[in-house]
Amino acid sequence: MRRFLRPGHDPVRERLKRDLFQFNKTVEHGFPHQPSALGYSPFLRLMAIGTRSGAVKLYGAPGVEFMGLHEENNTVMQIHFIPDQCQLVTLLDDNSLHLWSLRQHSGASELREEHRFTLKGPPGSPPSATQVTAVLAHSSRAVLYLGTESGSVFVVELPSFRVLEDRTITSEAVLQRVPEDSCNRRSCELVEALREHPKNPNQILIGYSRGLIVLWDLQNSRATHHFLGSQQLENLYWQRDGSKFISCHYDGSYTQWPVSSDNRQPDPLENLVPYGPFPCKAISKIYWQTTKNGLPYIIFQGGMPRASYGDRHSITVIHGSQQTAFDFTSRVIDFFIIFSSEPTAESDDPSAMVVLAEEELVVIDLQAAGWPAVPPPYLASLHCSAITCSHHVSNIPLKLWERIIGAGSKQNTRSSSMAWPIDGGTNVAPDPPQRDLLLTGHEDGTVRFWDASGVCLHLLYKLSTVRVFLTDADPNDNMNTLGEDEWPPLRKVGTFDPYSDDPRLGIQKIYLCKYSGYLAVAGTAGQVLVMELNDEDAEHVVDHAEADLLQDQEGYRWKGHEKLKTRDGPVRFEAGFQPFVLIQCQPPAVVTSLALHSEWKLVAFGTSHGFGLFDHQQKRLVFVKCTLHPSDQLALEGPLSRVKSLKKSLRQSFRRIRRSRVSSRKRRGVGGNASEVQEANAKFDQDTLQEMELAPVQRKIEARSAEDSFTGFVRTLYFADTFLRDSSRHCPSLWAGTNGGTVYAFCLRVPPAERRMDEAVRAEQAKEIQLMHRAPVVGILVLDGRGTPLPEPLEVAHDLSKSPDMQGSHQLLVVSEEQFKVFTLPKVSSKLKLKLTALEGCRVRKVTVANFGSCKSEDYSENDLAVLTNLGDIQIISLPFLKLQIRYPCIRKEDVSGIASCVFTKYGQGFYLISPSEFERFSLSTKWLVEPRCVVGVPEATSNNHLHNKPGTENAARRS
Amino acid sequence: EFRRFSLERSKPGKFEEFYGLLQHVHKIPNVDVLVGYTDIHGDLLPINNDDNYHKAVSTANPLLRIFIQRKEDADYSAFGTDTMTRKKNVLSNVLRPDNHKKKPHIVISMPQDFRPVSSIIDVDILPETHRRVRLYKYGTDKPLGFYIRDGSSVRVTPHGLEKVPGIFISRLVPGGLAQSTGLLAVNDEVLEVNGIEVSGKSLDQVTDMMIANSRNLIITVRPANQRNNVVRNSRTSGSSGQSTESSLPSSTPNILANSLQGEEESDEEDIIIEDSGEPQQIPKAAATSESLESLTQIELLHESTQNGFLPSSEMNLNHSAGSVSMEYEVQDPDHKSLEEDGTIITL
Repeated sequence: MRRFLRPGHDPVRERLKRDLFQFNKTVEHGFPHQPSALGYSPFLRLMAIGTRSGAVKLYGAPGVEFMGLHEENNTVMQIHFIPDQCQLVTLLDDNSLHLWSLRQHSGASELREEHRFTLKGPPGSPPSATQVTAVLAHSSRAVLYLGTESGSVFVVELPSFRVLEDRTITSEAVLQRVPEDSCNRRSCELVEALREHPKNPNQILIGYSRGLIVLWDLQNSRATHHFLGSQQLENLYWQRDGSKFISCHYDGSYTQWPVSSDNRQPDPLENLVPYGPFPCKAISKIYWQTTKNGLPYIIFQGGMPRASYGDRHSITVIHGSQQTAFDFTSRVIDFFIIFSSEPTAESDDPSAMVVLAEEELVVIDLQAAGWPAVPPPYLASLHCSAITCSHHVSNIPLKLWERIIGAGSKQNTRSSSMAWPIDGGTNVAPDPPQRDLLLTGHEDGTVRFWDASGVCLHLLYKLSTVRVFLTDADPNDNMNTLGEDEWPPLRKVGTFDPYSDDPRLGIQKIYLCKYSGYLAVAGTAGQVLVMELNDEDAEHVVDHAEADLLQDQEGYRWKGHEKLKTRDGPVRFEAGFQPFVLIQCQPPAVVTSLALHSEWKLVAFGTSHGFGLFDHQQKRLVFVKCTLHPSDQLALEGPLSRVKSLKKSLRQSFRRIRRSRVSSRKRRGVGGNASEVQEANAKFDQDTLQEMELAPVQRKIEARSAEDSFTGFVRTLYFADTFLRDSSRHCPSLWAGTNGGTVYAFCLRVPPAERRMDEAVRAEQAKEIQLMHRAPVVGILVLDGRGTPLPEPLEVAHDLSKSPDMQGSHQLLVVSEEQFKVFTLPKVSSKLKLKLTALEGCRVRKVTVANFGSCKSEDYSENDLAVLTNLGDIQIISLPFLKLQIRYPCIRKEDVSGIASCVFTKYGQGFYLISPSEFERFSLSTKWLVEPRCVVGVPEATSNNHLHNKPGTENAARRS
Repeated sequence: EFRRFSLERSKPGKFEEFYGLLQHVHKIPNVDVLVGYTDIHGDLLPINNDDNYHKAVSTANPLLRIFIQRKEDADYSAFGTDTMTRKKNVLSNVLRPDNHKKKPHIVISMPQDFRPVSSIIDVDILPETHRRVRLYKYGTDKPLGFYIRDGSSVRVTPHGLEKVPGIFISRLVPGGLAQSTGLLAVNDEVLEVNGIEVSGKSLDQVTDMMIANSRNLIITVRPANQRNNVVRNSRTSGSSGQSTESSLPSSTPNILANSLQGEEESDEEDIIIEDSGEPQQIPKAAATSESLESLTQIELLHESTQNGFLPSSEMNLNHSAGSVSMEYEVQDPDHKSLEEDGTIITL
């Protein structure tokens, strides 16, 4: 029979499929994995981030983003925007230079690679001769100056990348023009910095690694000034008027130098070791910004006392008597200052500092008192604590949306109210069709609520469950409690904190009812919290209930972790979701499934031992059911206990490493190239991996049996109002599916609303189905008389769904990892099935019902199953006939964590982690497609030859 | 007790039907019995599958004498080719087991208690270098007991010999089903699983496919040892589809090549327990409104007419030239009286 129902070649259906389904990876949310370079264009007001995998990402105003990928997949070392152009140049660690352009194409801008170039020296010269160490994009927009390891500065024409050999500034030429007594041959090795004079484009400052700094006149090819630093040079920065510049050094000092026509070899004005007198770490980058009131800002990276604070990732801002060393949670990759780039302005007047750290982006408002952080609208650090689960809720009612935003804004009182300072480009994408929430559960016991409606995934509200429990987390571990007179004046900034003190707090399952605002959250130590949204902060007692899932079984001993200790007495909760009841599973094994029915006020939860039903209205446990096979010793003992302790010790050792690690100095050149070493390591890992793949790995072929371990593991829970016992009366029911292929169905009696508090909810087991193939049950669904999945609780009450058809006979769809099966109800007989594993060798990892609308006709839509397999393929399977519609490769099958993290939306989109910190968003639908679409205007080219040009005024007006 | 009825010699039907018929006429529907007959040499031989049933019917001349014993009281030693030479009265052995003072024999289970564990199938459609093996996992606690691994095999292509990745059997667990059949060996290359080619699939995929099909696993292999291949010419023996290597007697698997796709649903029925009652197999939902029971009834009625049983109240002993008359003997203390009530046979 099924053979005839297989996807045939019905042309009408094939056409409809084209109108319904389409696969696109649309946008990457979150923070780029392993960023390696940062660039900023004050002209375009765009920021560029390069990564170790060769990606370059541009960000402007919220919604304005572009991504490019270097074919080589090499680490991006430097990014430089061409002044006054929609162009940028990237330098990779293979010493290649790449020119990228933003070009408008059918109403939207696109980032494209235009040219690539590798500097070649004369035949026979060592590779160091042309190893690029410094890049200067000259304000003439016609040339790039490339400083090299050999000390020569090459001049390359743009956009052709033609080397202008006659204009090369060799170290020999420089030496000839510098008095011999002040330096030797080696002084001109390795160009550390190239800086164009802010007022005179014909002069550039060349800083050599050993401390010699030369002001070079491009027209006359001669050194007008030279400056003899005694310390190894790190970086240079011009003061705005070009009368002074500042250099920073390896020993943690910085030096101000005067530039005047009367002294060709001036002495430093001032030489300071800000965190001396003990040996300090290098200052790797420095800014000197003038202000209207005369007090300059000096901002530098590093320079901490080597012995006591050498492991800090700091940037110090000094403004008059104010001095703060911002202490970042991870290594600082690079930073830039946003300041007034109007050429007519007399001072810089910096407004914001943008810092790219390895794990997050931090923006500091330099104008507001206390220099607060500006919450970024994008580039969120999803992994500030490791993501343990995610849950997507589509089409949030406006009321709930506003309440969540309200709760979130109360949490952010200390952040700056500054408008997002990086605001180039225009977002021309249509407004998101609906309000979507993505909830991520984290290892530290928090749930983060993200606005996932559009291109910018940003944090709305953060919920912490920690308050309910007593943990050994040190409450004095607050980084901001340093007193006034502490030195250095460190201030912790950023949210990245991957080290959870108690892994039992980890969130494993989340269920939010968008109509009632009820939220259920379950964690690693068998804790289930039911919460309600409260717009005010409140102090109340959280009710406790225990659910002994082993009930009748005796003589078992749980060897896993203990349950979390709870706080006695009332607990103060901030506005937002506030827990009112805690159900503790016993044994406290990780909660593996969770379902909430807000209309019946019931919450169901399952672990590897069984499942239970809790009435959160009466705060009473309705029943528990043990699903454990008596011989399943592994599940009983909590097999993860050993793994956990290993994980803990690993975490501790990581911490030790983190404390003791000397921040790796930015180093260039072939010899000490850290990233090259890492790359080599990665390559080695890859090779060994490949070898391992070739080695004869064996796989055991054995049928599943009832005695297998973890058969009782509850994989899925489902509430349905359906015909469980007879075909004339429907009743509330709870369905549970286990790892061993068993489906339990319980008939529930929920008292009517008026007697809801007086009568007890009752449950009775009505059915137990054992799938003979014994594969884990990953999804249970009831289809109504029309073959449509039953609506969510309260969906009908809110007029957002048709009432289900209770006339025709209902059907039960059971999805196991291997098969899809439809059974009739109430008498269970098998009706249809689709075998997946037996035929294709892939297994179901994720399954959801998704609604697909046609892009051609407004009123046509249908429900299908969106399925992700263990091979990373996505399949769409029709309902109720279980016909395979289409298949798309989506995730690499080796990317196990990507596959495990995938979450589908109700309208055919989805998210999965491409790195610990980034979600890839994809769409299966032709209709619901959220992707960036933006324009970066090309303001009329000015003939202004200043390095920092005025921004397009229209750009400035386009703040969102 | 004795019963006597007729059976059409040319259409004896299947053993199961015959067995059911016996149970029915003796009104012992739930009693397990051993069925035997005396052949022309007077030996008491068992009837427990289609083959020996057909053999028995064909040897009836014209009367076929059938002995039925309750299984738990059965005297296995009564069977055998030597029953005459041992000069024992077969009947007395059967009817009066108390008189039988022999030393207890080692009980060897009846052939009907055997179930097929493996078979070689589709010999006629496969290349001689390949072997398609069916492992019957259901109803046994024995593990399948084998491991597979990645490897590479050499293929002849238009460009010459080429190394291609393949999946191989890497280990057989002693005492496992795979080893006990002797049909699979270490280093055999796995080509297909239940009719689906494994080339291009990863080890994990093939593992999952095999496990998903584990209740009725059909593996096509290229044996590492090519010397024991089934020789096609020997098909004259008439047992073409059958294995010469099957280690245990088995009934013909009756597998067609196109049935490899896993359409054998009988071994796959899920089980339902309603209201904490007894586990039952989940029936297939009928395409029409008819219940499953009525469907089976129709089928059985149809078959019974085919087999020549008439729904008449009388057993016609000399029904027609083509029919076989039968005599029954049932050793059942509860049914001592001789009955010939001529039940209407509607199974």
